[in-house]
Amino acid sequence: MKFGVVVFPGSNCDHDAFHVLSDVLGQPTEWIWHQSAEIGHLDAIVLPGGFSYGDYLRTGAIASHSPVLGAVKKFAARGGLVLGICNGFQILLEAGLLPGAMLRNRRLKFLCRFVHLRVETTSTPFTGACRVGQVLKIPIAHMDGNYFADAATRRELERNDQIVFHYATPAGEIVDDAEANPNGALGNIAGICNRERNVLGMMPHPERASEPLMGSTDGLAIFQSMITSLVAK
Amino acid sequence: MSELAVTTDLVAQHGLTAEEYERIKEILGREPTFTELGIFSVMWSEHCSYKSSRVHLKRLPTTGPQVLQGPGENAGVVDIGDGLAAVFKIESHNHPSFVEPLQGAATGVGGILRDIFTMGARPLAILDALRFGSLDDAKNRSIAEGVVSGIAFYGNCIGVPTVGGDVYFEPAAAGYAHNPLVNALCLGVAPKEKIFYARARGVGNPVIYVGAKTGRDGIHGASLLASAEFDEASARKRPNVQIGDPFLEKLLLEALLEALDTGAVVGLQDMGAAGLTCSTCEMGARAGTGIEIELDNVPQRETGMTPYEIMLSESQERMLVVAAQGREQEILTIFHKWGLDAVIIGQVTGDGRLRVRHHGETVADIPARPLADDCPTYERPLAPPAPRPEKLIEFAPPDAAARNLRDDFLALLASPTLASKRWITEQYDYSVRTNTVLGPGQADAAVLRLKGTRRGLALTVDGNGRYCYLNPRRGAQLAVAEAARNLIAVGARPWAATNCLNFGNPEKPEIMWQFSEVVDGMAEACRVFGTPVTGGNVSFYNETRGKAIYPTPVIGMLGVLEDVERRVASGFQRAGSAVVLLGGRTPERQGLERTFSSSEYAVRLRSIVGGEPPALDLAYEKQVQDCCLELMRRGWALAAHDVSDGGLLVTLAESCFGGAAPAGAVVTLAGALPLEAVCFGEEPSRLLLEVDEKHLADLLRVAAQYLVEARQLGWTTPGEFRIHFNGAVVLDENISSLADAWRTGLTERMRGAAA
Repeated sequence: MKFGVVVFPGSNCDHDAFHVLSDVLGQPTEWIWHQSAEIGHLDAIVLPGGFSYGDYLRTGAIASHSPVLGAVKKFAARGGLVLGICNGFQILLEAGLLPGAMLRNRRLKFLCRFVHLRVETTSTPFTGACRVGQVLKIPIAHMDGNYFADAATRRELERNDQIVFHYATPAGEIVDDAEANPNGALGNIAGICNRERNVLGMMPHPERASEPLMGSTDGLAIFQSMITSLVAK
Repeated sequence: MSELAVTTDLVAQHGLTAEEYERIKEILGREPTFTELGIFSVMWSEHCSYKSSRVHLKRLPTTGPQVLQGPGENAGVVDIGDGLAAVFKIESHNHPSFVEPLQGAATGVGGILRDIFTMGARPLAILDALRFGSLDDAKNRSIAEGVVSGIAFYGNCIGVPTVGGDVYFEPAAAGYAHNPLVNALCLGVAPKEKIFYARARGVGNPVIYVGAKTGRDGIHGASLLASAEFDEASARKRPNVQIGDPFLEKLLLEALLEALDTGAVVGLQDMGAAGLTCSTCEMGARAGTGIEIELDNVPQRETGMTPYEIMLSESQERMLVVAAQGREQEILTIFHKWGLDAVIIGQVTGDGRLRVRHHGETVADIPARPLADDCPTYERPLAPPAPRPEKLIEFAPPDAAARNLRDDFLALLASPTLASKRWITEQYDYSVRTNTVLGPGQADAAVLRLKGTRRGLALTVDGNGRYCYLNPRRGAQLAVAEAARNLIAVGARPWAATNCLNFGNPEKPEIMWQFSEVVDGMAEACRVFGTPVTGGNVSFYNETRGKAIYPTPVIGMLGVLEDVERRVASGFQRAGSAVVLLGGRTPERQGLERTFSSSEYAVRLRSIVGGEPPALDLAYEKQVQDCCLELMRRGWALAAHDVSDGGLLVTLAESCFGGAAPAGAVVTLAGALPLEAVCFGEEPSRLLLEVDEKHLADLLRVAAQYLVEARQLGWTTPGEFRIHFNGAVVLDENISSLADAWRTGLTERMRGAAA
């Protein structure tokens, strides 16, 4: 089993994801340079957070045209696990691997704080180790995390059980206020997967909530779910 | 040569005096060229040469067993154990932040980051000390908004967490409205043997230019913006402010650290203030060598730039690297991989000269060491200001009928300087790189872990300009004492300091007197706490229309935790714990009538700025801190919070708000002093501790051994907040109403709501 962490120029959570996979969970992990065209030897990859190529266009837009995204698309089509965190999620949206788009946070400012996520489905390789309704405490850190999709897309996401995480209160209630849903995401959507369920995009950073010193270890459930699902393969 | 002729007018426009110009001619043995005049003017500007401050800064303690590099390099370096070195420094970007708040603050962050990673250390954290005018004024709100956005823009993008800092919003008298302060501190860590120094060693070694292209931005940023007072025309100086590109700096950071790992780099220097000029001549001067560069090879953003413009540009995100001869290709390849310009523009020479060529002509040929080091220094006249009437203000307690402790308390909690800073801090990415163990608002100092070790580092910035205005020497001592106390409060041992000294026009004797007093106060206090000053920055000319800011030294202090698992936060952990006040003296001994008028209470609620800052006994302060560290070592403090701005009641409330679960407290206070003074007086040398009842007796015994006063004030509760004073209940609230005032105070005022 082998993980890869993609490095775009401007990625800044690449080291954090690598640290959790390699040092905390002891998984063989390697770097994937943004110009790589071939990643076939890996089992799971992380598109990390950051400001790929400076994000001077829409977030994730430039990265979605980089050489490695061609490889990521092939990898995903073959069933490889793809986890996009924060900027990684934005890139997956821009690349069309997940539906919808990101708007600027409703207060129009960058926002860094712990949020609470309610797990909505465990039938994904990223949440197999969770319970439905479980609340995870994980931080966000972004300027553009206000998820949007048109009504038809949203219905489709719901019908296919593709909404993996909702922003919620610590008790797990889905409330659309500035505390529970700080960026204003449509329907409190914090993370979604594709229909095939092997590509997950989420705005919160599980790699920042994977060690007791960081104030929460709830993020580990996501990485551990990935490991379990790969072992079972 | 087709250069402009140098005239007396031109010399004056460059901010050089007649004597300085004579010195230049002496050094060169002839008249300077126009380019040379520009080079001298930036190198000999106040900002780059420290010509007014040098004679005073010599009095600061700068050595100690932990110091690997004191002042004089890009940043100070200290040994923190486990083979690691911490590199840290604080710098101002005040004038640019007034002229263009977002870019001014952003490039301030970018500049200090480069100072750290140029020494081979990966930046670990950023802190900011900010001083603004009152938020009643829309202009001040827009400056504050822009500055915070600028810090967020740069730090978040480059991926270095902004983990702490401090901010004051002061009335007009402080002068911050027309001259905000933006001081940024950066900390980096590297293995001791991997620290790099800015030296151009090895004759024949190639000099490589890396990073952004050179444009016409920021020309004379150091000399005209940072080294002169402000007036109405300052808006026209906007083109002198640089524009930051954090993405480019991120590439520069990664490429540079990768290049350093090859072993092919022998020296490097950031191009910050005074750009190519400063980096070439300082590298040569430090190594005792010379440098020869060809400007035609410098990557340029615009066409037709003159040698003068190229040498003086302050375009951001650029560096000079000196490579080992024969290994330059390895370095060029790495920078090209990261998509950056990297070009050989010259070489190290053995003749001690800075030689600059352009289009086949020599446009500058200057001995490097005199250019870097022989700027005249000034012992400017000092004079204490005439006694000010506000010094005499004494506190008069309100009469019993007018007294309303509850309203006073709520108003203080909601005042922007004391209210929750979440509106600011959550715009900063404070958790990227997963080292932030205690971030903004969680403790008195930020605490970072060092991956791969058990150690942690703690960082704080402190400096109360109001105290320094009223008594510069004591104000500086109080700032150092508070910085050390903040480190102690998280369980860290104070280790070393950096400072940013923000003052008015040094040509005025009373400003120079303030400066001299502050240096002496700081020196004395840093000796007591064993925290040598390893570097920093002086920012003069913080004046607009002849009105100076409060003298504002900002102390950045680094602390070391041997075991980061044992760090202590400031919020109460649970109900039913003892609340203990450690330190302090019986208030009657403090001469409080004269010091209460300098408190937050006096300025916020009575619109008074006067009297004297709180009395400070440095030896006692040290005893309190040593005692507290011992209590921490024994694991007896569940929470700890330094008593400072706003006094005891504000500190107690903050500890209630800061915990994982809501908490309150019931405490008993007593004494012959007025109620307000007991609740809101800002006597130093005090910490509030949360202690498990089972350790209480032991704790009091140890405190007694340290000859430190300690007494239990009361208990933590699940929510009620009650204060007894001399037998009567003077306040009885639920914590949630207090918390609401505190949480919304700053946000409401930033929205423009009235106080």
